[in-house]
Amino acid sequence: MKILPRFPLIPGLVLFGALISAPFILSIYWVMILTEILTMGLFAMSFNLLFGYTGLLSFGQAGFFGAGAYCAVLTLLHGPASLWAALAAGFLGAALLALPIGWLCVRRDEIYFAILTLGFGMMLFTVAHNWRSVTGGSDGLGNFTLPKLDLFGWSISLFNPRHFYFLVLLIAAAGALLLLRVVRSPFGLLLRGTRENSNRVSFVGANVRSVRLFAFVVSGALAGLAGALFALFNRIASPEMLHWAFSGKAVLMTILGGSGVFLGPAVGAAIFFVLEHSITAYTTNWMIFLGMILIVLVLVFPKGVLGSAVDFIDRFRKGGGR
Amino acid sequence: MTQDPILEVRNISRSFGKFQALTDVSLSIQTGRLCALIGPNGAGKTTFYNVVSGRYRPTTGKVFFKGREVGGLPSHRLVSMGLLRSFQITNIFPALTVLENVLVPLLVHHGMSFSCLKSIRKQGELAEEADRILGRVGLRGVSDHVVSTLAYGDKRLIEIAIVLARRPTLVLLDEPTAGMNPEETDRMIHLIKDLSEHSDTTFFITEHDMKVVFSVAERIFVLNQGCLLAEGTPEEIRNNPDVKHAYLGGSLDAPGQ
Amino acid sequence: MEGILANVLNGLSWGMLLFLIAVGLTTVFGVMGVLNFAHGSLFMLGAYLAMQCMRWFGSFWLGLLIGPPIVAALAVLIERFLLRPLYGRDVSFQLLLTFGVMLFLDDGVRLIWGAAYHVVNPPQILSGVIPFFSQSYPVYRIFLVVLGPLIGAGLWAFFAFTRWGKILRAAAMDRQMAEIVGVRVPVMFTAVFAFGAWLAALGGALAAPHQSVGPAMGEYIIIESFIVVVIGGMGSFPGAFVGALILGLLNSFATTFAPDLQMALPYILLAIVLLARPRGLFGEEA
Repeated sequence: MKILPRFPLIPGLVLFGALISAPFILSIYWVMILTEILTMGLFAMSFNLLFGYTGLLSFGQAGFFGAGAYCAVLTLLHGPASLWAALAAGFLGAALLALPIGWLCVRRDEIYFAILTLGFGMMLFTVAHNWRSVTGGSDGLGNFTLPKLDLFGWSISLFNPRHFYFLVLLIAAAGALLLLRVVRSPFGLLLRGTRENSNRVSFVGANVRSVRLFAFVVSGALAGLAGALFALFNRIASPEMLHWAFSGKAVLMTILGGSGVFLGPAVGAAIFFVLEHSITAYTTNWMIFLGMILIVLVLVFPKGVLGSAVDFIDRFRKGGGR
Repeated sequence: MTQDPILEVRNISRSFGKFQALTDVSLSIQTGRLCALIGPNGAGKTTFYNVVSGRYRPTTGKVFFKGREVGGLPSHRLVSMGLLRSFQITNIFPALTVLENVLVPLLVHHGMSFSCLKSIRKQGELAEEADRILGRVGLRGVSDHVVSTLAYGDKRLIEIAIVLARRPTLVLLDEPTAGMNPEETDRMIHLIKDLSEHSDTTFFITEHDMKVVFSVAERIFVLNQGCLLAEGTPEEIRNNPDVKHAYLGGSLDAPGQ
Repeated sequence: MEGILANVLNGLSWGMLLFLIAVGLTTVFGVMGVLNFAHGSLFMLGAYLAMQCMRWFGSFWLGLLIGPPIVAALAVLIERFLLRPLYGRDVSFQLLLTFGVMLFLDDGVRLIWGAAYHVVNPPQILSGVIPFFSQSYPVYRIFLVVLGPLIGAGLWAFFAFTRWGKILRAAAMDRQMAEIVGVRVPVMFTAVFAFGAWLAALGGALAAPHQSVGPAMGEYIIIESFIVVVIGGMGSFPGAFVGALILGLLNSFATTFAPDLQMALPYILLAIVLLARPRGLFGEEA
């Protein structure tokens, strides 16, 4: 008797191999887009730990993404000029913030949770926007030197976008593996139970608030890690990264790719960027299209692109087996 | 039975605004004795369960579980002490598999709620224990089915399996046979009797099906309009004029007299 | 003293606009269980339509009359064709749908009217300033402060005395109740959604001369009104009123006395209310 189906290892390895070889084939322009896709993919996957696995719709995820960005940049400006220190600061800083905010937000669920996360995310936005002496106000924080990457005794300059891409690939893959570990752990099963029926979970003796809070902190920390990467890549941490419109991006990417599949949000991020680039070539009003796409997805394809594809393949397999 | 009662309720009342759902109810349950709570619709049975299981706070009065006062404790704490319950409307995890439904309480029971870096696929002992419990309720054959695809009676059995997985000392079953066909009802009655006799768990059920009550219960409590009307052996209850009156003489005569 | 009075007036005028949004939001939530992200966009649409009426007909009052019903008609379409298929599905998806509608409307406004801010002058009779102690105060704000309670009283009378108002209140408390009373629920849902939209657009039209009209105005007010309904208690009509006044006054006093904190204060208030009364000031405790 096996508890979960095995993770599709071969497609995963093929994808990873393709991502490793991509910079040797693609132009710098597309390598940079792929870098953004990976960063935002990690961000969206962190969101989906709450949405897809725990059943909590957060509209404040950008607060932790942005907090991670600021923590990383502040570390480089005032602390050690180490890349690892900056990334660790993004991860831990966001986790520390997620703890009290999550403690407040998990007191309610469903729609209330969405409003509360939206509200507290915007509180972080106003802090970044108004605390000029620390955050640089609406201009954001730039002007830091991007440190070299020290890895196993090598020292690699990250000014080459291809080098930076490999860093992001490494971190995003590590983040995704951590998430995979979490969702396939006993805790991950408890999360899915909470999503299905939180009342039953508390009547088997688990403290639903603590369970949700723990997921909230893990999700916030990974969002912070993604934010740190984003700030290092764009050489700036700015208040827009904490705005709820930015949280909306994670939501959109997840719905686009599918919240019920592990890699759905990352696939959603890829589709999002490709769409953005092809639509903005013709019009600046791409949010109209985004709105329409979201409406159609919610009404017709709530499982998203990858989710629907997986369903289709499953049905095909079963059909073939007969 | 010289033991202390496993559950003792002293003078509890519960009101919702002006509506008095329970008035001054006192009763106690001895360890190992299968008891039943009956009463007409709206008598306050479910409210009573909700108060005892920590869902509602009693307005006044005290609840003792294993000799410790527990009134007002959150339900997850009561569960950790060994008090489990089922619900009138089946309360399970519909999109998870049968096996996963039983694993959720098991992993909570073994303190693995927050173990987030182990693979659940490698928890062979948990799986074996789940298998045993599923065997106990007769659902072993469907363990990898998604629960929402199962028949109604099986879903109710899953809730029993979930409850058993926490190795409870006291289980409150809220109308365990509600909505079941006769065959499913028989299966459930058998299971409850069997579990009550062959485990350390004490069962306390509410039921509107008098046939069920009189065939399983060793002791019966009758609730009417929020007050405890009578208590006693099935024989005593059957012959109690007040109880007959409360039920308008109807269904009490039914069980095979 | 006069500073305080001016703050009170400013707070009340903003609070009244917030109330018009929040009451629709909270009624729609209470009756339908749907939190409408696009509600702020409907408010914004009301402002733009009022502006367009000013341009075409030169009349503010006509805009006040024509704009809100147009927005209400749009809301009917949204409810019938987009929201209705989602009833009974996960509430998150209803929220996501209205989020999509919001993106569509906000950018649609940008497409039609451009991204720039527009200024709408108040009608002749309400323009200008009146002397106010040693300073002066815009007549239009006084108008809003007076009109707000009037609309509030009108709504209160509607909810308290008319058949429809009573049904709505009952339904906001308990949906099944309305079905028992024999209301056709689909019709009621459409009507409630349209009514909320009409109120929001009315607020938008009234807000047009009060602030500049731009594509971000919906986004700004929707967050504030979310906070209002959570603080007041979702589904509660008096909660929306009190919450809107508190937030309006908090905003205007903070601008004067604690400008650095002004933007963060609503969220701090939200956190405090949440800790003290998780279901809001007027919410029913479970």
